[in-house]
Amino acid sequence: MLNFNNKSKVFIEFETENQQLNHDNSTEENRLKLYSLTISEVRDLLERKEVSVKDVVTSIYERIDAVEDRVTAFVTITKDEALKIADRVQEKITSENIKSTTSLLGIPLAIKDNMCTKGIRTTCSSKILSNFIPPYESTVTSRLIEQGYVLVGKTNLDEFAMGSSTENSGFHITKNPWDLESIPGGSSGGSAAAVAADECIAALGSDTGGSIRQPAALCGVVGLKPTYGRVSRYGLVAFASSLDQIGPITKNVQDSAILMNIISGHDPLDSTSAPLPVPDFTAVLGQDMKGIKIGIPKEYFIEGMDREVGISVRDSIKKLDSLGAIPVEVSLPRTGYAVATYYVLATSEASSNLARYDGVKYGFRAEGKDLMDTYLNTRAQGFGAEVKRRIMLGTYALSSGYYEAYYKKAQQVRTLIKRDFEEAFKAVDVIVTPTSPTAAFKVGEKTADPLQMYLSDIFTISVNLAGVPGISIPCGFTSHNLPIGLQIIGNHFDEESILKVAYAYEQSTDWHKRRPNL
Amino acid sequence: MEFSKEEVEHIASLARLSLSEEEKELFGSQLSSILRYMEKLNKLDTRGIEPTSHVLSLSNVMRDDIPGPSLPKEEALMNAPDHTDKFYRVPKIIE
Repeated sequence: MLNFNNKSKVFIEFETENQQLNHDNSTEENRLKLYSLTISEVRDLLERKEVSVKDVVTSIYERIDAVEDRVTAFVTITKDEALKIADRVQEKITSENIKSTTSLLGIPLAIKDNMCTKGIRTTCSSKILSNFIPPYESTVTSRLIEQGYVLVGKTNLDEFAMGSSTENSGFHITKNPWDLESIPGGSSGGSAAAVAADECIAALGSDTGGSIRQPAALCGVVGLKPTYGRVSRYGLVAFASSLDQIGPITKNVQDSAILMNIISGHDPLDSTSAPLPVPDFTAVLGQDMKGIKIGIPKEYFIEGMDREVGISVRDSIKKLDSLGAIPVEVSLPRTGYAVATYYVLATSEASSNLARYDGVKYGFRAEGKDLMDTYLNTRAQGFGAEVKRRIMLGTYALSSGYYEAYYKKAQQVRTLIKRDFEEAFKAVDVIVTPTSPTAAFKVGEKTADPLQMYLSDIFTISVNLAGVPGISIPCGFTSHNLPIGLQIIGNHFDEESILKVAYAYEQSTDWHKRRPNL
Repeated sequence: MEFSKEEVEHIASLARLSLSEEEKELFGSQLSSILRYMEKLNKLDTRGIEPTSHVLSLSNVMRDDIPGPSLPKEEALMNAPDHTDKFYRVPKIIE
């Protein structure tokens, strides 16, 4: 083992303490490592009244004090507010004796800073929104509030979620907790790094082309992008509206299912949210894998993929086979066109969505001699290089004379990519691939060449284009002790199958129990 | 596809972005190489293929036409860089 299993360490220390000291005195030791626990573990301790909400919240902020200056996962840390909420929630637990198995009472979570939190600065890691205080709450965080969660802080991202390394943040970069000289992935790099560094119990991210799954893979945690329409986008700052989805980033698969139960479901405030019933996603965990057909798309095992990533993913497929699943080769023939398709469509939608940042209604304004000049200056000074590049690309693809050649063409290829998945899911229950062609790369390694950066999303992008759900779970480590992720893709609105397979794999391995040495 | 400086300036003006000379040069060459990569889409025959703008088959989602609570004026204005008690204020458009 390269790394000590932190979670069992907690309990080993508990026992030692208990043997040495009177039982009541173990609480102090108990509190110190609470940050390393999962949602279900914290919930159990709270229900058994072994710890208080304040113990849990304090433990998280002590951890943040210890590691955040090296990881820099957060844009805003909401400690004062969190301690107040902790007191309120504790009162609720004490007075009402709540024992709901679905609640998040007292659970500290981090939220990517592109989801609106009422009264709490929401920046999208962009200078243009650096002073934006939302007057309303996003639907996902409203649902978390109803369940009694405690907001730890707002996490860093590539500006407007445009990027694969979090290096495009308008404020600062975030480091990978496994190697502080490497990137955490992106765009939800802050959320993934915060979970991996135990700076929160779990987090929410958003995924337009892989922005939950790729950073989860690179940080050794679990990240799920739900089916398009499963989770409301109301209050999520729009990047590419036909692709964006919010989802959980967690320390294990069970926590992923717990958060999915809370954030999923129809929302009248998002006309693209699906009016479908939501199953209990935790119910499938532990179900038998016998006879489950797992598709292995030959197009995903390509040149350019890191050798160690390839070995880990092939070993994972063998493991799934040994658990009773049946591997079947499938073909997704249009895979090689996904990155090109995505960067036409996502930038086109972005150029339209980001037209609203004009320095009039909210956000930063740079004065000009007239209104036009104000627009030009505001956008020139407020947006970073990658955002400008994408606005330019999208504006070009939508411009007169090029619309048919780029935008419409890409929409047609999107249809073909979607059909590839529909065809594959006639034969299999889930599809298994690497999440990313490489483990985490070094800070600065790909910033000079945007196209190389775009190609790091090659295995995640098709999933957004087709609108299907995908999860990334830890499946190994490189010789440099960097995490490797396994992606499990499901059919539309079949998150249950990917959670079932992910859980079965996770329970038969211990990759997810490893923690970085910080 | 190679972007000339004039084309970069044209796109930037459509997008309401003022670019520095360095940005024009950098974006010109980067956008050219990205667009060359995108031209691989032309290898696919898409005649007769319906474009997908959206993966769900939802259309025209309507709500009942009943007035409900909306954002109070003060809150709608609170993030504006410049405003009066009722309106957003912008630089003069007409002399």
